[in-house]
Amino acid sequence: MQDDLPIYGEIRVTTEARNDDFVVFDHVQKSYDGVSLVVKDLNLNIGKGEFLTMLGPSGSGKTTCLMMLAGFETATNGEIRLDGRNINLVPPHKRGIGMVFQNYALFPHMTVGENLSFPLEVRGMGKDEREAKVKRALDMVQMGSFINRRPAQLSGGQQQRIALARALVFDPALVLMDEPLGALDKQLREHMQFEIKHLHESLGITVVYVTHDQGEALTMSDRVAVFNDGKIQQLAPPADLYERPDNSFVAQFIGENNKLPGTIEELSGDKALVRLETGEVIDATPVNVTAKGQKTLVSIRPERVEFKPEMMPPGAHMIEATVLEVIYMGDILRARLRVAGSDDFVMKMRNTLGQTKLSPGQQIKVGWHPADARALDPM
Amino acid sequence: MTDASSQLTTADGRPLKAALAAAQSRARRRAFLLVAPLLLFVVVTFILPIGQMLQRSVYHDGFSNSAPALGEWFANNPDGSELDESAYAALATDLAQMKKDKTAGEAGTRINYTIPGTRSLFTSSARGADKLEPPYKEALLALDAKWGEPLVWQAMRQASSPWTSDFYLIATDRQRTADGGVEQVPENERIYLWLFGKTFVLSAVITFLCLILAFPIAHLLATLPMAKSNLLMILVLLPFWTSLLVRTTSWIVLLQGQGVVNNILVSLGVIGDDGRITMIYNQTGTIIVMTHILLPFMVLPLYSVMRTIKPSYARAARSLGATSWTTFRRIYLPQTLPGIGAGALLVFILAVGYYITPALVGGADGQLISNLIQFHMSKSNWSLAAALSAMLLAGVLVLYWLYDRLVGIDKLKLG
Repeated sequence: MQDDLPIYGEIRVTTEARNDDFVVFDHVQKSYDGVSLVVKDLNLNIGKGEFLTMLGPSGSGKTTCLMMLAGFETATNGEIRLDGRNINLVPPHKRGIGMVFQNYALFPHMTVGENLSFPLEVRGMGKDEREAKVKRALDMVQMGSFINRRPAQLSGGQQQRIALARALVFDPALVLMDEPLGALDKQLREHMQFEIKHLHESLGITVVYVTHDQGEALTMSDRVAVFNDGKIQQLAPPADLYERPDNSFVAQFIGENNKLPGTIEELSGDKALVRLETGEVIDATPVNVTAKGQKTLVSIRPERVEFKPEMMPPGAHMIEATVLEVIYMGDILRARLRVAGSDDFVMKMRNTLGQTKLSPGQQIKVGWHPADARALDPM
Repeated sequence: MTDASSQLTTADGRPLKAALAAAQSRARRRAFLLVAPLLLFVVVTFILPIGQMLQRSVYHDGFSNSAPALGEWFANNPDGSELDESAYAALATDLAQMKKDKTAGEAGTRINYTIPGTRSLFTSSARGADKLEPPYKEALLALDAKWGEPLVWQAMRQASSPWTSDFYLIATDRQRTADGGVEQVPENERIYLWLFGKTFVLSAVITFLCLILAFPIAHLLATLPMAKSNLLMILVLLPFWTSLLVRTTSWIVLLQGQGVVNNILVSLGVIGDDGRITMIYNQTGTIIVMTHILLPFMVLPLYSVMRTIKPSYARAARSLGATSWTTFRRIYLPQTLPGIGAGALLVFILAVGYYITPALVGGADGQLISNLIQFHMSKSNWSLAAALSAMLLAGVLVLYWLYDRLVGIDKLKLG
């Protein structure tokens, strides 16, 4: 996906600036029971200074990959390299990788200061230097005044900051985060996302972040690796992932999607006509379909569905739809439509002053820009 | 603020506190009734006997009941008064009364506790007491010269009140001098303090051995997958379900001179047939068997604490750069302290009061203080047995207090 350049200018893809193989997974496989593979032939290069997220449902192999990188699991086959060095046989404490755990794993019998001081102590650092570094790390997460508290006296968000500071206090070049925000409430989670992103940018560290929350992955990452079934389904910058999913799994996993099953009627370059099972013909962009007559699943984002003919490009197909319900959601209106025999086609409309009001039972026509409808493999 | 809240009333004008108490009284009454049987049981079977034991250790009326005249004389003549005719007259009166009531043996037994060998003095003197003629001093001294000994009179003076500290003196290897002072008994007669010391040292050794053996097992139990750890847990608990006597005797079978272990060692040629190791009927036997019997009491509290320590702590420490040894020492071990404390306290307290195992396998030098307590009970010296038990209880309470100061009782975790 490296040559797949970003389509939006503001998205930071610093391919040219970074050393592209700071972390390398080279044909890595992992099996726990010798019968099945949890990670199937993983190849992944992570650049220096990159924020890479491993996203996937539970059991998809993402956490196993992280644990192999941290050294808590050994790869059954293949090689993991860090900064050009094979680390397969390096024990975790010699890898120098910072790690933030899902449940923070702050040592309950130590104060915040002692927790942060621990990695420096085991590195044999002098007392003065330790204190200075601990103070700096705590100030970095705005927790300077909590140095003498115990973890149990802190709230979840505060513990998360301390865990973050502890993973950063010994200046690791690579920091791993295993669903670090999973236990926080929504508002705090969004705030911490911003803070982690900010720390990543200001410190220039490489972050490998594991989550099952797609929103988190999209807002924070330079690139996202979508995992399923032990394989990377797509590795791309967030916008690409959302706008141009490679396959049905990614399309479904990232954001909301309307799915219309059909058969390829016409295929010419980057345009395809798809005949739905109910007979209508729609426009789509072929992604992983190659031949006429092939079965396909067309995926369209709800916010890209239009019902006003004047908004459509000339010659675009529109199909019949029945409004089933309209839900008011504040910033948007969400309409559920019956399209091509399916009852769960969703259309999102901005809640603007002049927005046309739809009511249940109303007959409309919907369409979309061919680039927004992607003909994918049928699942 | 408190003024305002004390004035608060319910909607219909009753004081809020009274209304709250009334609303909850029914629930409280029911809760109390539920625990009442247990409370009653504990009072009858635990608190009352302990109270009685404590009382017995400072109360013995065997002599004071049957010697009222001497009691009066001691009350009128302070310590150090000359033993004149009036004292012997009182003694003769009491001896005559003892003969009549057949209580000379009881009174003699009480004095015998302080000065061994004096019981017969009372029984034989009482036999002819009603034929004694004044002057009583000469008559009694002629009957038995021991009546002139100041130590005997000192013992009688102490025993003339039923409340006494004599038994605690004996239990701490002390005795009274003729002038009412307190001194240590001769070195070759000191047994109790030494035995207390030995009991505590042996219990500490057993506790330490239990900890060393239980720690890895408990860790294994806490980290193994459920199916395997359940099986292991059954193996740990198996001794619990087996009779104490069976376990102890099977150790005898294993460890005795012609036992399994010695036979194997001899047949392997490790030791000669004449060099069989004495592993039982001595201190070694007590240590081995008690360690085995008390092991589960260490495993269970440790296990319950270790189960709650998440593996992510060790992982975090490792990722922060700690070696596995440092991780164990600085991260894992401190978190198991509540379990270590609970297990050690439990094993130690049980070991200090253990009776049956040392009695069966202890031989001569493997006996503990409880065996001596049992010995005095079998000889009906209840007061001394009670004094020794009270000292044992005090020792355990001191340890408990120390533990609370050092670790904190709230951190104790028994399961």
